[in-house]
Amino acid sequence: MIDPIALFLLLLSASTPILFAALGELVVERAGVLNLGVEGMMIMGALSGFATAHYSGNAFLGFAAAALAGALVALPFAILTQFLMSNQVASGLALTLFGLGLAALFGKPVEGVKAPTMAAGPLGLNWIVWLGLAMVPAIWWFLNRSRAGLILRGVGENHDAAHALGYDVRQVRLAAIAFGGAMAGVGGAFISIATVLQWTEGMTAGAGWIALAIVVFSNWTAPGVLAGAWLFGGVTVLQLRLQAAGVRVPVQLLSMAPYLATIIVLVAISARQKFSRRAGGAAPGSLGQDFHALR
Amino acid sequence: MIRLVPRSDTPALLQVATPVMAVLATMIAGGILFAIMGYDPVAAIKTIFWDPLFGLAASYSRPQLLVKAAPLILIASGLAVGFRAGIWNIGAEGQYIIGAITGAAVALAAYPAPEMWIFPAMVIAGAAGGWAWGMIPALLRNWFGASEILVSLMLVYVAQRIAAWMAFGPMRNPEGFGMPGSRNLQQYPAASNPELIAGTGAHWGVVAAAAAVLATWFLMSRHIRGFHIRAAGTAPRAARFAGVRPETLVAFCLGLSGALAGMAGLFEVAGPAGQITDKVGVGYGFTAIIVAFLGRLHPVGILLAGLLLALTYIGGELAQLTMNLPAATVQVFQGMLLFFLLGFDLLTRYRIARRVTA
Repeated sequence: MIDPIALFLLLLSASTPILFAALGELVVERAGVLNLGVEGMMIMGALSGFATAHYSGNAFLGFAAAALAGALVALPFAILTQFLMSNQVASGLALTLFGLGLAALFGKPVEGVKAPTMAAGPLGLNWIVWLGLAMVPAIWWFLNRSRAGLILRGVGENHDAAHALGYDVRQVRLAAIAFGGAMAGVGGAFISIATVLQWTEGMTAGAGWIALAIVVFSNWTAPGVLAGAWLFGGVTVLQLRLQAAGVRVPVQLLSMAPYLATIIVLVAISARQKFSRRAGGAAPGSLGQDFHALR
Repeated sequence: MIRLVPRSDTPALLQVATPVMAVLATMIAGGILFAIMGYDPVAAIKTIFWDPLFGLAASYSRPQLLVKAAPLILIASGLAVGFRAGIWNIGAEGQYIIGAITGAAVALAAYPAPEMWIFPAMVIAGAAGGWAWGMIPALLRNWFGASEILVSLMLVYVAQRIAAWMAFGPMRNPEGFGMPGSRNLQQYPAASNPELIAGTGAHWGVVAAAAAVLATWFLMSRHIRGFHIRAAGTAPRAARFAGVRPETLVAFCLGLSGALAGMAGLFEVAGPAGQITDKVGVGYGFTAIIVAFLGRLHPVGILLAGLLLALTYIGGELAQLTMNLPAATVQVFQGMLLFFLLGFDLLTRYRIARRVTA
């Protein structure tokens, strides 16, 4: 028999990388920026975090380094989209390609080494899992109850109006992009430091893209992101369980499950947004548009 | 202080100059990266961009240029059509893999029949497979409004797993002593995609790439559909009032780019790669996105950009051999190139003026 509580704890761990990345991207998108570079920031976080943890022997230092690396690697994207008015879709893609390449380039020396052990937190779960869960209400509070969050949402809904009110649209967006990068970095580092326990090239395997889909699924709310991350954690855990149980389906087909689930969920939620009365769903009004202040 | 003034139209010189500037900036930034990593920057840049064409081993590497450029140009030609309309197919890698599988399936089913129709049938099957894989995001967007970016990308991961399943399961070579991977199509004359003119590297994929450049040029500059695509990209509302249905364009663009990517996959698996393995996808589908942008979404530009990025692949391999440069260097180079390209693109859309202080 499968113990449901043990399964839920596994789910919490499995959903953590995507939870971090998707919460970060949620803030970025609420500020009106679509950053498709999540995968690139995650893999850079996975590498920098792992390397720092390995050489320092301190996993928490690794996560701090991963946050820094994620924010830094997002810098070219921020400059391109905020100062050079580049297309956000293309710039995000460039960030993903660049991050994957850079991580592969600098990852060679730490291939095959082990991650340091981490002291487990309550219920035997990693502290980072708890941090991720705590981030959900924190970000909800920031977006819905704080003044800074209100400004951020204003910038995302209508950047021209926010600009006219005297808010610095670029500054808000730069901060949001850096935060999104840091969160994606921590999410990536969780995969390398706490899940796989080593570094392999391309190890994020699309988690960044799944995180992007979850933001759509969440209807741009923090609790929605949590629900989405748990859904995918659940599918992942179930799929691994089925593999372990020796179900007569090829492993390669079972491992498609998270990606197919992403598509199905994305379609379901897009359909609801499309056919609901409020056109455009809950997407921020200025999402993905260039901001160029003429005055 | 400086300020940016939007341009109403772009000087032709800048259209051509900005990609060149981006390439030069990438070389400089790449050189700095090599210096940091402890390699001789001048030698590394020369090995990547000069030696494959004019160096000692050029007679070997020059034919490789067409082999690598063909899939890039074929895929990028299709992608650029969609990008013009603001339809983002970033899952060409998946369509490439599926095209390789469906095309190879025809050959493996017909084995060992010697008939002439087998290779043409494979090309059609490859294109159809890629088309079908591209139509999934198109229909999901048209029916339910699902983002074609995310769906097409997710389908890359699904396609990679289908390829792995095929290589280990249904398509495994029965005479392969249990090794994963299908029969080698290079050893099956009716299904192989050989070098057409010895020493040039030109196979049927090169012919198809040339045809794709011509066809997309005709489509975009001489055909009403191309005009609709450009209109939808620059002024979506105006295009809709003029009777352009966005759904039709989504299906057309994703279907076209999918079919071309599928064909590219088939030519590769029947030629240079030879067999279906779990590593059929080698990233051409993603690099083709860079090719499309570097070529400024114009067929002729794509032709040149495809050759240049093919050069970086070959030069990267050469630098790996001679200078022990890591394989991922090329990937970093390509990513940087896209960054610089998008950055310099500012000059084509905005004029830089001195800020007048009132």
